Amino acid sequence: MPSLLNTSRPPVFCPGCAHDRILHALDKTFQNMGLAGHQTVIVSDIGCSGLFDTFFHTHALHGLHGRALTYATGLKMARPELQVIVTMGDGGLGIGGAHLLAACRRNLDITLLILNNFNFGMTGGQFSATTPAEAQVGSDFLNRMEKPLDICRVTSSAGAAYVARSSAYQKDLAQKIESAFRFDGFAVLDIWGVCPGRYTKRNRLTPQTIDKSLAKLPPADGPVDANTRKEYGRHYRELAADCKQAAPLLKIEAIFDPPDSVRQEVILLGNAGQRIITAGEILCLAGLTAGLRVTQKNEYNITVMRGHSISEIILSPHEIGYTGIERPTVILALSQEGVDRRVRIFNRLDSDTMIIKGRGIDLPSCNAEIHQVDFKKQGVKAVNRALAALAVLAKLNKIIHIEMLQAALETKFKGKILAAALNLVREVEIDL
Amino acid sequence: MALSLMEGNEAIVRGAIFAGCRFFAGYPITPATTIFNAMLKLLPPLGGVCLQGEDEIASIGCCLGASMAGLKAMTATSGPGISLYSENISFAIGSEIPVVIVDVQRLGPSTGSATRGADGDINFLRWGNSGGLPAVVLAPVDVKDCFLLTIQAFNLAEELRCPVFIASNKEIGMTRESIDIDVIKKPEIIERAAPPPHEPFLPFSVPSGGQVPHFLPIGDKRLVRQTSSTHGADGYITTDPDEISKTLKRLKTKLLSTVDRYSFHEAHFKENADTLLLTYGVTARAALDVFKKQNKSGKPISLLILKTLWPVPENLIREKAAQAKRVVVVEMNLGQYVREIERILPEKKIDFCGQMDGRLITPSRISEVVDHA
Ligand code: SF4
Repeated sequence: MPSLLNTSRPPVFCPGCAHDRILHALDKTFQNMGLAGHQTVIVSDIGCSGLFDTFFHTHALHGLHGRALTYATGLKMARPELQVIVTMGDGGLGIGGAHLLAACRRNLDITLLILNNFNFGMTGGQFSATTPAEAQVGSDFLNRMEKPLDICRVTSSAGAAYVARSSAYQKDLAQKIESAFRFDGFAVLDIWGVCPGRYTKRNRLTPQTIDKSLAKLPPADGPVDANTRKEYGRHYRELAADCKQAAPLLKIEAIFDPPDSVRQEVILLGNAGQRIITAGEILCLAGLTAGLRVTQKNEYNITVMRGHSISEIILSPHEIGYTGIERPTVILALSQEGVDRRVRIFNRLDSDTMIIKGRGIDLPSCNAEIHQVDFKKQGVKAVNRALAALAVLAKLNKIIHIEMLQAALETKFKGKILAAALNLVREVEIDL
Repeated sequence: MALSLMEGNEAIVRGAIFAGCRFFAGYPITPATTIFNAMLKLLPPLGGVCLQGEDEIASIGCCLGASMAGLKAMTATSGPGISLYSENISFAIGSEIPVVIVDVQRLGPSTGSATRGADGDINFLRWGNSGGLPAVVLAPVDVKDCFLLTIQAFNLAEELRCPVFIASNKEIGMTRESIDIDVIKKPEIIERAAPPPHEPFLPFSVPSGGQVPHFLPIGDKRLVRQTSSTHGADGYITTDPDEISKTLKRLKTKLLSTVDRYSFHEAHFKENADTLLLTYGVTARAALDVFKKQNKSGKPISLLILKTLWPVPENLIREKAAQAKRVVVVEMNLGQYVREIERILPEKKIDFCGQMDGRLITPSRISEVVDHA
């Protein structure tokens, strides 16, 4: 295969820059593997290595600093057949650290070439995540307190299934890149090189010293046994193929007449764990069985299973505008915490409002019509009290009637749960 | 008649899928999380991809990658996530990458209140990108709008090659409502325009008479270049001021010159009404109640509900406000869009009614301001 180098845009690296060697090795890999430009995309990160895409005749995406792996992830998931290569320096590695770790954990078939030259070349030789503490850099003394990161150790402990280290000066660099390409999963190649433009102006680093340093490190030369697993994209498609089609959208026919044909506003005041939101939904579904327009607005803590839970429902024969409630038709007061949360509403109430409250709950004084239910005595557990309160409402023929409620339960539940719910509705009694 | 019960977030998901969205990446955040949940249920069985990014930056980054590969893509978050999206929003604007971004707004600033509504990001959505170029922002009022405007958002993103925002609100996104999706009249679905076949392809060259470059996906037989750097028609860096200026002006005018076509709104006009009530988002529901009540009580007002906020539909606003002496702008923030109205209608008396405390603005509060002439 011919070279994929872009002859009209020759590389512009400083003389002696390691990037130049890596560029030619990458081109050799393309040739050896017989890859055509349109089968390949180079996603380049920031800095001098971020220019890589412009030197090749391949598809190209150059984006923001540190984010190359995120674009590559979207590309590869959308087009699994593409050979996706990310070029990134030690700068992009640091700023995109979270993306690097995520890519290692995911194992999507992307090859990451890290052009590691121990500093930010383009911006003036500041220290990066791999700069040794003793190096002289453009960030004055700031690198002296920080420990450089070992890319191979970090990526293999993050779950990368293929991790290799190399010098930009190795004769077999093209082969090394090829084996990373051929690996079916996320492959990291940490390539060490010099940056004569910045780094080696004040630090001694040569191909020989790089070799020596590499020799001292624990080996990293390909597949990481402990991390061997399925490639993410293939695995994703396998699991997605098993996903069931979502149930068709539930549509409810209007088959009843509602007890009243005016706008009704209901507030459920309760606690997390009392299934307040579910009861609100059932009330809405009941409204739909009578062709009413409904809205349900909920308020709860972000913590689960603790704190108040409030649901505000409007049912109306007309389109509903404002979804807040200022003068409720009905309040279902099911927990003290819920009532306390909305104390302010009570002094506005008149006898047009009906309150159904559980025994033992204190209400602020108000002029509403109050019905009390002793849930405890009737053996209704906390989780069922909101539904029981709806049953009371239906038995009073207020807003909904019993057939509407039963029909709503039948759309929401099935089998044993439905039977239990219907039974509860039948048995609950209003205290007199 | 058969109705479904659906929250705004689910309606957005259904609108997106109807429009052909096949890629979603998001990071959980209240009150936008249920968009992610619904996507995860609906997309994979359709052969689409739904990812949970490692953070918000990754989520939008994945969407931009997938969009460049040819898929219609969407992401969803709330204010804190929009902040993190910012750099990639600039990328999508400057490099003409179609993407739909949903902001289910919650009370800010910062992490603010996760479960309280607000419209506090309205100016941020417009101005929160480096370079300050315009984007399209659509604001739904209810569940039906969530469905319909999301379809429109995809159409605009694909046609104009730009990010399109849905400026929703916790009070719409997480409020359930009755809806009959089947009877909604849906717009025709628009796809990205491909270049003529067999011709050399320049990724940012604009067809004659047009304002938007043709699109080919990365992975096509013809090579595609995409870059966040200032680029010429060939997708390579350029430093030529004439070429730069031409491109950046085009990015602006491709939106400003077309907004009349997509100035979505609802106008209720009354003869003899001196006052025009102008609002958007969930607040429009209270405003509609006020409009009805005022007109029943013999003190007529007119009402304009904007559903396209950015680019500012200036012609529409001028036309609808022509009769009014006074415009009352109502917003769930401390005054953002009102500045645009003041700019467009310098000859009118502009009153402002704003609130930012996590609660809906009530009809009675709006009436007070309207009556206080
Ligand atoms: S600054 Fe360093 S990395 Fe950049 S081109 Fe010059 S030598 Fe290479």
